[in-house]
Amino acid sequence: MTAPPVLDVADLRVSIRGDEGIAKILDHISFRLERGRILGIVGESGCGKSTLIKSVLGILSSGARIERGEIRFEGENLLAMGDKRLNREIRGSRIGFIPQDPYLALNPVFTVGAQLLEIMRWHAPKSVRNHREHLIALLRRVQLPDPEAALDRYPHQFSGGQRQRLVIAGALACAPTLIVADEPTTALDVTTQGQILVLLRELVEEFGLSMLFVTHDLGVVAELCDDLCVIYAGQSVETGPTVQVLREPAHPYTRALLACHPDRSEHFTGIPGLVPSPLKAPPGCRFAPRCTSARPACPERPPHYVAAGQGHAVDCILHEGSGA
Amino acid sequence: MTPLLELDDIHVHLGGRKRWFQPDIPPVKAVGGVTLTVAAGEILGLVGESGCGKTTLGRTVLGLQRETRGSIRLRGKTVSGARPRDARKLRRAIQYVHQDPGAALDPWWSIGHSLEEGLVITGHGERSRRREIIEQALAAVGLDPTAQRRYPHEFSGGQLRRIGLARILMLDPDIVILDEPTSGLDMSVQATVLNLLLEIRARRDLTYLFISHDLSVVRRLCDRVAVMYLGRIVELAPAASLFERALHPYAQALLAAAPRLEPGESRTIAIRGEPPSAARLPAGCLFAGRCPYAEPACRTEEQVLQAVAPGHEVACRRWREIAAGAPPTAAAA
Amino acid sequence: MLILKKFAQDKSAVIGFAIVVAVVFIAVFGPWLAPYPQDATMSHLTRRLRPPSWAFPFGTDNLGRDILSRVILGARGALKVSLLVVGASMAIGVPLGLAAGYSRGWLSEAIMRVTDVFLALPQLILALALAQLMGPSLESAMIALVATYWPFFTRIVYAETRRLRASLFVDALEGLGASPTRIVFLHILPNAASPIIVRATIGLGFTILVAATLGFLGMGATPPDPDWGLAISQSRTFLPGAWWYATFPGLAILVTVLGFNLLGDGLRDIMDPRLRRSR
Repeated sequence: MTAPPVLDVADLRVSIRGDEGIAKILDHISFRLERGRILGIVGESGCGKSTLIKSVLGILSSGARIERGEIRFEGENLLAMGDKRLNREIRGSRIGFIPQDPYLALNPVFTVGAQLLEIMRWHAPKSVRNHREHLIALLRRVQLPDPEAALDRYPHQFSGGQRQRLVIAGALACAPTLIVADEPTTALDVTTQGQILVLLRELVEEFGLSMLFVTHDLGVVAELCDDLCVIYAGQSVETGPTVQVLREPAHPYTRALLACHPDRSEHFTGIPGLVPSPLKAPPGCRFAPRCTSARPACPERPPHYVAAGQGHAVDCILHEGSGA
Repeated sequence: MTPLLELDDIHVHLGGRKRWFQPDIPPVKAVGGVTLTVAAGEILGLVGESGCGKTTLGRTVLGLQRETRGSIRLRGKTVSGARPRDARKLRRAIQYVHQDPGAALDPWWSIGHSLEEGLVITGHGERSRRREIIEQALAAVGLDPTAQRRYPHEFSGGQLRRIGLARILMLDPDIVILDEPTSGLDMSVQATVLNLLLEIRARRDLTYLFISHDLSVVRRLCDRVAVMYLGRIVELAPAASLFERALHPYAQALLAAAPRLEPGESRTIAIRGEPPSAARLPAGCLFAGRCPYAEPACRTEEQVLQAVAPGHEVACRRWREIAAGAPPTAAAA
Repeated sequence: MLILKKFAQDKSAVIGFAIVVAVVFIAVFGPWLAPYPQDATMSHLTRRLRPPSWAFPFGTDNLGRDILSRVILGARGALKVSLLVVGASMAIGVPLGLAAGYSRGWLSEAIMRVTDVFLALPQLILALALAQLMGPSLESAMIALVATYWPFFTRIVYAETRRLRASLFVDALEGLGASPTRIVFLHILPNAASPIIVRATIGLGFTILVAATLGFLGMGATPPDPDWGLAISQSRTFLPGAWWYATFPGLAILVTVLGFNLLGDGLRDIMDPRLRRSR
């Protein structure tokens, strides 16, 4: 047997109880993140990306319930683990998190150094003797100008790109094996985004990390990610190596989405129709009402993957005969 | 033929004031000498990163921000030099669509009420005629008339863009300034909004000033593109030639950094660092501090746009050498 | 409607609303509700300081007047004073706040500095000084209250106007060529209405309290007016024996002020444009 994948999410279903009833935010999410790779999770707003991140980090709000499925991190099921152990051993130590808005991740009234060293005191591995030196070395590695002085400054004294570098260094400080990044470049300018993407790629190789990179931007995925998982309305509809999925998208939604991208589309058509409400979603494929090749069985067919090529899986009735 | 819109050496300084007993606050030079003409019917893209002055330039053209220096001509008639309120009257043919059209609507007013207000302000006829115009405008952007009864928070981002567009279409503009018309929209919605923009332009003979940081969209939509850096245009070219062969080092870096859907081409130029603050601009070429091709002379000589080909202008003294494949200098550290 | 539904769910706001409605009702129909309406002025020395009984549920005072009737009749005066004071404060404060918030430069500075000066005036001391100058009367007390209360409105309206002036929808209106009058009165004022209304509601209760304080100090209402503060003041010499004399007017003040405050807090929560729906 080979080593288990770093992260293996299988048939995850999460519902949230709200004012208007129970919403099935996630229904059938499955993907694998192999060691040393970057997996892009792509989906449009409201598809459940943030609920997925919260599920992986174990920080779902009190109204949310995991109804089904597993989240295995290095072979261990995180969902079966107690909160205490998650806090002590997993979150912030073996799984690092890079949020979308680094400004919100840093407390404005404490110096950057105080905050990052505090995190290290809790989560840094014992092998790291001198926390301060280690941190300065990391800040230098993420190309923050003048790292020694930076420790004594406050978050607002840094630009958006620099703050993101600080947060990345903070995530690395505790020697994680997995980094979960939530749209870390969305708020940044193009050239800064380019710099951060290059940096992330280098860090993954250098530190032997694996990364779950959540984004809505297919262009960023194309640049950065080895594999990708497309999510539509809480269902993972297609997973596979980035190059292959972008070149030969198998699911009608992936195709439609790629056709909307200005780099691809001939005419800007968009996808007609609306995303279904998670309050009353059909049991089968949630894309069926907007799908041009939908069949009568689609809204009823229970979701499951069909192989569409080497490491490429798709959840669509059209591929049922061909792949299996 | 006179161009539809001409900007001549526009400077805009923001803020800054004299204070008693304290040092004065110097103004921020948001736009520092922009000369530009816009031909009728074209889509001119204005691209650059945050803080490059593209939005300020748009607001100055609109007349909401007063130019510190320079002149603006609309159909050959000077419309600059007036107070903002009078400037808006002179420039009724220019209208603006906000980046966030939801926030550009009064939250307590229904859509119909807000739309009608634009007509009332510009003195459009009677109530029944106004209703007709509103319904036509809503239909033109693909919304049904019942939208009038609803309130801004009841609409999605894509629908709000349509409402924002309907709001100014009713006023029958010639030039529409679109400020980041697709930012924050999902890809599938963005496509329909872009499609609508093209369709309306064809139907109404509009000219667009398209402010955006999304190069993929600019590439597909615009006829000409002006690349801005710290308040100046560093390169102005037809979209096709710019994306094929940008000459200014900043334009090159910007294009190289934009994520593309087709992987393969590796990033050749990644510029380092971040732009200096617009409150303290360096002397000479503003990009020299980050430019991989900078020479000592770049830090002293101010750069102006010079024609390099018909319709293609660039503000770089070394463009010839860079185009010929000069290696980066060591000066960029 | 959504706004009513939301309001109905807020128990304390509903209680506040009920109290305010009751006080207004009593103020309007007081002379018909009071068991002995003539006791506003008439005294009955034969039945002085009777404890609460069926005939006089709140007891009688040192002049033999029915305290229940005087509490009921006092509501109108209390409400009139507070409405006049808050109304006049708004009439001064709101336009100044709009002008200071919308304009830039010296006008704005001048208005706000004058506001700061008035904000620094101690309310009671000003009231005492005015009473000295003009003789103690309800009018002098009201002038003192208005002089110290309008700056609160100016400050709130100023802050709201500043915020709204920077908002995108005002920007868009300027882009359409809307006149400042239109922007200020049709857009900024309605959007700033909720903090103004909340402040005014709480201000009504607050003014009743201060007016009662001034009455107690002998700087407000004059005998034989059925004033709540004055009643407490007059009851001092008969305490603790005639406990009912001070208790019931005091409770009237407490309940009324509480009612306005609860209502004000409740209004704050429902003043959200998102609760506006087309259907």
